[in-house]
Amino acid sequence: MLELEHLSKTYADGTRALSDINLSVRQGEIVSLIGGSGCGKTTLLRLIAGLDQASTGAIKLDGEALSGPHPSVGIVFQEPRLLPWLSVSDNIAFGLDHISATERKERVAHALEKIGLIEHAKRWPRDLSGGQQQRVAIARAFVTNPKVLLLDEPFSALDAFTRASLHEHLLGLWEETRPTVVLVTHDVQEAVTLADRAVVMQPKPGRIFDELPLTLSRPRDKTDLPFETSVRRVLTALDHSLKPSHQQPQRERDRQAAALWW
Amino acid sequence: MSGEIANSAWSSQQGAAALAAPSLTEKRRAFDWRILLGFLLPIAVALLWEAAVRFGLAQGRLVPPPSRIFATLLALAETGELWTHVWATLWRVLTGFIIGGVAGIVFGALSGSSETIRRLLDPTLQALRAIPSIAWVPLFILWLGIFEASKVALIAVGVFFPVYLGIAGAILSVDRKLVEVGHVFRLSRVQLARRILLPAVLPEAVIALRSGLGLGFMFVVAAEFMGASEGLGYLLVDGQQMGKPDQILAAIIAFALLGKIADSLLVLGTKPLVRWQDIVRERL
Repeated sequence: MLELEHLSKTYADGTRALSDINLSVRQGEIVSLIGGSGCGKTTLLRLIAGLDQASTGAIKLDGEALSGPHPSVGIVFQEPRLLPWLSVSDNIAFGLDHISATERKERVAHALEKIGLIEHAKRWPRDLSGGQQQRVAIARAFVTNPKVLLLDEPFSALDAFTRASLHEHLLGLWEETRPTVVLVTHDVQEAVTLADRAVVMQPKPGRIFDELPLTLSRPRDKTDLPFETSVRRVLTALDHSLKPSHQQPQRERDRQAAALWW
Repeated sequence: MSGEIANSAWSSQQGAAALAAPSLTEKRRAFDWRILLGFLLPIAVALLWEAAVRFGLAQGRLVPPPSRIFATLLALAETGELWTHVWATLWRVLTGFIIGGVAGIVFGALSGSSETIRRLLDPTLQALRAIPSIAWVPLFILWLGIFEASKVALIAVGVFFPVYLGIAGAILSVDRKLVEVGHVFRLSRVQLARRILLPAVLPEAVIALRSGLGLGFMFVVAAEFMGASEGLGYLLVDGQQMGKPDQILAAIIAFALLGKIADSLLVLGTKPLVRWQDIVRERL
């Protein structure tokens, strides 16, 4: 269980990136954070990954407070971020320094097979396409068997076909160990394809606007009517979140008025 | 006969593929031809000058023809004199390069990896860098005498600065995104340096060492000008004082060859370390 309690982040220059985020994610649940640009999705993910420190609030994993990168939390970035001087298999093994060589080999081989790149094991990242590189990055995060996997728009730079195949690879890997997944995306289709719940966020400051459960059965068919309905629901919520005037809670408006007064 | 061969080639799949795409060796051969293009201009100029002197159009006293330069070079090589000079110069450059290079790497790494050390060291080193290295010569001679030590010190100073700047700059410009990958996998400072920073700075470190080596050869001439009894720089001075332009040019050619060979060896030696680079083509 991943719990975010009253999480907020204010940058040194006074920009409020996140304000009072409360969210709990069940073990094995896939939650998608969705929202327009600048609503703090990536910031939130970086807080959970321990790459940035929250200004206030706490992040708890199974009751244990997280303060910094944690072995049970993996992250896949927007870019593959593979180390160009390591072969594909060495890149996947990057986080497996602590286990025995034979087990490491086994796990890497299994991951390579899962992502369908076994024949590329000895190649350098530069020889792979963008989609293949991102698959390696996903495998690198998965081989450490994290309890929580954070995905920061990992498919945003890819074309639609590649993206669809990567969704399948991701779900295939997820099926094995069922980690908790927090996926940041700006693609509603993607959120509905992958997630059990969509959390719609709102900018300035970043906060949670609405949560929508997505209870479609898997595998999900994009041409299905329920799928279409879910997409429409998320889109409507997203639409509302971007019209701050009449959707803003009274309390928030008061606070802003007070800030103006000062 | 040849038609038959072509037919059999076309009839098989591999044969067709081989005909369609030039094989790797063929590509290599084509590339070699273009390398030879670079020799065209100097050889043409040399031949023209040789002809001009032979046909009496020029005297060739101050600018000796290539044949005479090579004769001088050959004579120097046969008496063994050339090798003494080459060895003396090479020893000085290598010793100075190793001292300056190691110091540059150590100080560059320190200054690149710690903000405090950078603030402490960098201003002083930058101020020292602003001094033309030749200006140290009188001081080095006073301190270290006129023999090898002062020469090696001058070369080491010349090598130090480009290496220091290159290494510190390379560490400072390592991609933050890759460093974050290290943070995510909770690498310690030492692990981070070994597994991410070191490999990331290698390509630029090689370039820094190469420019250091180039400067080393520059400064060895200056060092040998200031009073040496052997070395290629001594050959230069000797040639000037004795009025032997062919000896000067022979020494210059020896310098060019030596510098190129040393640089190529450095590139060759470090190639396995930077083979992963995603660059347009091999560096020159």
